[in-house]
Amino acid sequence: MMHANAFDRFLNTFGSWALALLWGLPLAFAIWTAIHPAEFEANFELLAPLTTANFIKAWEAAPFARYFLNTFVLVTLILACQFFLGTLAAFAFARFRFPGRSILFGLVLLQLLVMPDILIVENYQTMRFFNLVDTIPAIALPYIASGFGIFLLRQTFMTVPKELDEAARLEGASTLGLLWRVYVPLAKPTYLAYGLVSVSHHWNNFLWPLIITNSVETRPVTVGLSIFAATDSGTEWSVINAATLMTSGPLLIGFLLFQRQFVQSFMRAGIK
Amino acid sequence: MFITPLKRTLSAAAIALCASTAASAADVELQFYFPVAVGGAAADTIQALTDEYVANNPGVKIDAVYAGSYQDTVAKVLTAARGGDAPQLSVILSVDMFTLLDEDLILPFDDYATTADDKAWLNSFYPSFMENSQTGGKTYGIPFQRSTPVLYWNKEAFKEAGLDPNTPPATWEEMVEMGKKLVKKNASGEVERWGVRIPSSGFPYWLFQGLTTQNDVILANSDGNKTNFDDPKVVEALQYMVDLSGKHGVMAPGIIEWGSTPKAFFEGQTAMMWTTTGNLTNVRKNAPFDFGVGMLPANKRRGAPTGGGNFYMFKGSTDAELKAAFDFIKWITGPEPSAKWTIATGYVAPRPATWETDAMKAYTADFPPALVARDQLEFAVAELSTYENQRITRIFNDALEAAITGKKSPAEALKEAQEKADAVLKAYR
Amino acid sequence: MTRRIEWVHAWLLLLPALVFLFTFTHLPAIRTIIDSFFSTARGRRKSVFVGLENYQQLLDDPTFWKVLTNNLWFALGTIPTSIAIALVMALWVNEKLAGRSFIRMAYFTPTVLPLIAVANIWLFFYTPGFGLFDQIATGLFGTGQHNFLGDPDTALGAVMVVTIWKEAGFFMIFYLAALQTIPPSLLEAARVEGAGRWTIFRRVVFPLLMPTTLFVSVNAVINSFRLVDHLFILTGGGPDNASSLLLFYIYETAFRFWDTAYAATLTVVLLVLLSLLAIGQFFLFDRKVHYK
Repeated sequence: MMHANAFDRFLNTFGSWALALLWGLPLAFAIWTAIHPAEFEANFELLAPLTTANFIKAWEAAPFARYFLNTFVLVTLILACQFFLGTLAAFAFARFRFPGRSILFGLVLLQLLVMPDILIVENYQTMRFFNLVDTIPAIALPYIASGFGIFLLRQTFMTVPKELDEAARLEGASTLGLLWRVYVPLAKPTYLAYGLVSVSHHWNNFLWPLIITNSVETRPVTVGLSIFAATDSGTEWSVINAATLMTSGPLLIGFLLFQRQFVQSFMRAGIK
Repeated sequence: MFITPLKRTLSAAAIALCASTAASAADVELQFYFPVAVGGAAADTIQALTDEYVANNPGVKIDAVYAGSYQDTVAKVLTAARGGDAPQLSVILSVDMFTLLDEDLILPFDDYATTADDKAWLNSFYPSFMENSQTGGKTYGIPFQRSTPVLYWNKEAFKEAGLDPNTPPATWEEMVEMGKKLVKKNASGEVERWGVRIPSSGFPYWLFQGLTTQNDVILANSDGNKTNFDDPKVVEALQYMVDLSGKHGVMAPGIIEWGSTPKAFFEGQTAMMWTTTGNLTNVRKNAPFDFGVGMLPANKRRGAPTGGGNFYMFKGSTDAELKAAFDFIKWITGPEPSAKWTIATGYVAPRPATWETDAMKAYTADFPPALVARDQLEFAVAELSTYENQRITRIFNDALEAAITGKKSPAEALKEAQEKADAVLKAYR
Repeated sequence: MTRRIEWVHAWLLLLPALVFLFTFTHLPAIRTIIDSFFSTARGRRKSVFVGLENYQQLLDDPTFWKVLTNNLWFALGTIPTSIAIALVMALWVNEKLAGRSFIRMAYFTPTVLPLIAVANIWLFFYTPGFGLFDQIATGLFGTGQHNFLGDPDTALGAVMVVTIWKEAGFFMIFYLAALQTIPPSLLEAARVEGAGRWTIFRRVVFPLLMPTTLFVSVNAVINSFRLVDHLFILTGGGPDNASSLLLFYIYETAFRFWDTAYAATLTVVLLVLLSLLAIGQFFLFDRKVHYK
């Protein structure tokens, strides 16, 4: 898109910057309150004293270390299962002909619409039935069969040239061997893309973990933060924001460091 | 998950076997869920107290589990109970008593108060705290972390407005008059400092109950199956609250956020605030000015709701476990442990005996505002509590919010609320 | 490989995924519908078949209607706005403007932050008096006492702003990808023919972005029913349900009032609504999407 003149360009630069500053305001505020004492939560004096007390207080007030561990275990578990189940299913849809294929694929796509988040009431009953309430697997299970993942992988697998199939078969590869040796390596970009989407989505997930967890040993950081922030005795923004930065920290830092890859993978995940 | 009931059955069997020889070979294990609603250090205090008890009582092990907020704790208990794995004891909101009864989960303490000593203990709590703990002639809850709202005021602001900094308003009229003097406007005629702040976000019914009690009316019966929302005195109380912002202009209009109330107080946005006595330590630490704490003003009488959590004991536990649980509850509500708990948190010690201990005497000599909530207990009443409590309070809260924001008149809003509540509670009569 | 074996292999490969899908998506959906015809079991009373009673309760429930209208306004307010902003963001980032990396980062950051966490920040922004917006208002206009969250007229709007802020950056990425696949020769050709920038956008770029717009808007529709995290912190659904949304009401009914049958009934409504909207969108866009 070419600009008519320098003024036009200036307007666009100005506009994009204004929006960027506006968009970044909440994060800037969180950083401000987290590094200054409570008196400066609402007073934006530039030379206010800095402090790490808020982070220390937040860390000690709730078992964030445990929450981090829980979240880490959770997203890893979900991702591993999603890869495993998704790869197998996508391979079946991409390369096999069998009765009911379209219907089943349709049912898989349905999950894009009817997400586990909508079915909280029934999924909770299911977990109770299996005696899994308040466990980390319980948070993970509704998500590990991912319609989105299967769809993406299927698309990718469908682009693998059939000649590679035949070559591998000639060398005596079994079905699973074919999958593992040929298809999976070729789909690496998709795995990366999907992995980043999944991790960031599940790191930030709140409602279902809130419902299904009740104790410190299973709670992820999002739920831990919400409990921590909801006390009777008034909102201490400096401490809460310190906690917020701590809990979003890993994702945020990861994003800052791998910005380009992050953005590219999201882009790749979404096209079509 | 399947192990715990198995373990308990086994340990119960073991105890039964040894009972005749009066030597218990296995430890009694108790699981104890507790919520924390005021800051983080409270959880440590509970742990310390639990450890102290266990150290002095061989044969009993207690697993104190921090279960989050009140809502989380009751959710956790209900979930565990439905899974056949209820804890033996738990601290839950006093107002959830009817819900717990309806789910057939709790046991009356009277059955375990066998000795004269026990019975004396059962009767030694402040009556206003017991109102949410008893029904049908039995006691189902033992008060533990209880509170009432109190009035905090900014002494410097009072001086500035020409009022006596040591005299808070004692009546509704005085609160309005003093409020008017305390309102400060800026150059463009906008209010910089309000006279009074009664937060109404989230659960407006609690502080509103202060107003209704002061107007000498009760919101629900003690059987928990009939509400009284559209009583003219309730309408009057709501009208007073609405007028504070509307007619008198001493309070900010619209819904006022609970969480930012202490901060607003510190920042001088309001000269007086109504909030829980549980905020005492917070205000003491952070207020950049001299402040006072007093009872809520009276209208027809002084009044305040009580709040907070009770101990409950749960069905599905063995006799030995319940005996141990009873003993622990009796101990932790004893004067010394209770004093430690009160000083650490700001909750009101629920038994007169606790206030007589040396620790409490020293504490209150150093910090007299801690006595206000206790003194107000004389005038305190049960917090609103009924069957399907969450739903009924939600209906009530919605009505209050509608009136406070001016969308419905107090009479209209309360009448609707009463109708809705009736429809729900019909099934329980 | 023979047909038979092919079928068997395919089904075996699919089995793990299908088991979980059925258990946590399809079966619950069906059970939700079934449960909506029964009453809630309480400790002392069992669950009984009640036919359409729950639906009757639904129709008579003013809170349900309020929540439904809220959600529809919410969808109407957030979907076009966030998509439009996302498009503008993508257009800006796509050009070689100064500070491009920083701008892209600023736009995308809301996506990586948990909604429940940022809600606290926005709570401060909206606080009357010393909240950020009021401080700015006092500085600029001299008036600074707005109760955004405590006024039923503005509460839903305030919540929508937070949602738009959260979503726009995410959608921007998809537009960015699509923009980068538009052959520059196409744009050159149009420019050479004397078309103005706006015309180029309207006639060439936007139609080419249709598939992305479809994808993004289906996502936006689903999110407008799914994103309720911030309600927990900002308004709790109040005042008087002015900012409550359907999923939040379902949560309250199921996990605060423990009325699971009514919650199932509400969920059925949500499912139907989502299906209608998603399918409707497909049909709407189908006519307008050009694939080159």
